[in-house]
Amino acid sequence: MSLILGGDSELWAIVLLSLHVSLMAVVIAAAIGMPLGAALAVGRFPGRRALIVLLNALMGLPPVVVGLMVYLMLSRSGPLGVLELLYTPGAMIIAQVVLVTPIIAALTRQSVETLDAEYSEQLRSLGVSRLASVPTLLWDGRVALLTALLAGFGRAIAEVGAVIMVGGNINHVTRVMTTTIALETSKGNLAMALALGAILIGIAVTVTAAVSLLAARGERTGLRHA
Amino acid sequence: MRELPILAEAGQGASHAGIEAKGLRIGHNGGALLDVAHLALTGPGPTMILGPNGAGKSLLLRCLHGLIAPDAGTVRQDGQKLGAAQRARQAMVFQKPVLLRRSVAANLDYVLRRRPLGRAARKARIAELLAEGGLAGKARQGARSLSGGEAQRLAILRALAAEPRILFLDEPTSALDPAATQAIEMMILRAARRGTRIVMVTHDIGQARRLGHDVAILHRGRVVEHGLAHDLFAAPQTDTTRRFLAGALVI
Repeated sequence: MSLILGGDSELWAIVLLSLHVSLMAVVIAAAIGMPLGAALAVGRFPGRRALIVLLNALMGLPPVVVGLMVYLMLSRSGPLGVLELLYTPGAMIIAQVVLVTPIIAALTRQSVETLDAEYSEQLRSLGVSRLASVPTLLWDGRVALLTALLAGFGRAIAEVGAVIMVGGNINHVTRVMTTTIALETSKGNLAMALALGAILIGIAVTVTAAVSLLAARGERTGLRHA
Repeated sequence: MRELPILAEAGQGASHAGIEAKGLRIGHNGGALLDVAHLALTGPGPTMILGPNGAGKSLLLRCLHGLIAPDAGTVRQDGQKLGAAQRARQAMVFQKPVLLRRSVAANLDYVLRRRPLGRAARKARIAELLAEGGLAGKARQGARSLSGGEAQRLAILRALAAEPRILFLDEPTSALDPAATQAIEMMILRAARRGTRIVMVTHDIGQARRLGHDVAILHRGRVVEHGLAHDLFAAPQTDTTRRFLAGALVI
């Protein structure tokens, strides 16, 4: 407890790095996942069904496998080895992007498709083309999309397997909350592990609370007649 | 009916756009859901399309509005084949209003923004429309928190925002109480008086009597009778119409 309140600089550096890595990962994953999800919801092309099934399956991707794949890509002899990203925060961001993108894409697809079923005839009546309806569907699905982002962030910040493999848990460089908790626990330094655990839980609870508050607010103002 | 304020911009006194369907057919399992040899709406209207459930009323409306492409046949508006330019001068109100998850004013602005109007002009038009629909105090309220009657009024205002020459309405009052229904019928009559052609589907014979200038009876996808409301109700020409008006017609 004194570690948290005392403003232990090492501890807060770890917390900040965790937030930096996961927020960056969510921003990049959103930039990829939201257009992808919207395209899958609104587009009509062969193989669309199969892609949706694949995307839903990827939501449950095991982090350790993602870690392994990113490790193989980034290692010296791998195809992206020249970038020298292995054991840097960049590598951790890449791993989390791979984990989070399917979650954001799949949830976006679901929300846009549900809304499209309700809106499509009305929007066509107003002369809005299929492509032009996408911004409308995204904006009107904003509560669901924010929920998707927060779900992605929750997954990223709590993840340990992939970041420890590609980040290496190097002190002051790639040590984040989850990897520190794993390390300090195995070393027997339970005070540090518990302090970080408390902060991690605090973040998780805040994110979950934000999600349910938003959903409840959407329920009241937006979706009453849904 | 008492005189009510009219919207300034709408083309008052303009002649009503004519719409004509020829050989419209939508097949299904060897039969036809819709089989309209000829229907010409060229009088002043409002036109009421009446018929039992499953007669093809909504389908006919969607074909006239270009939401569904028929298997065969053509729709012409003022002599022109139905295309994007014609469709831009049409609007439709659905049985269940589909309102955007935005404020009341933003629902209207969604349509106005697609037209070459400045910010101030759009704002003025929104205020005008809200007054017309009795929603003046609700501009900033979430559209989805409106009552059923208010929601349908907003849907009609949004349709009118595009200043359509033809307004299609698909049973807009079927889920509403008498007071809300009356408010909407007044809006429809005001729009008709301003020069918008009204083509409205209803299964409510009383409503067709109240609003209709001409009435088309649809049964099993076919127009069995189309004539002036007064004549049709006073002296139906076909047995099908007689049975429908007597409440004895089921699919």
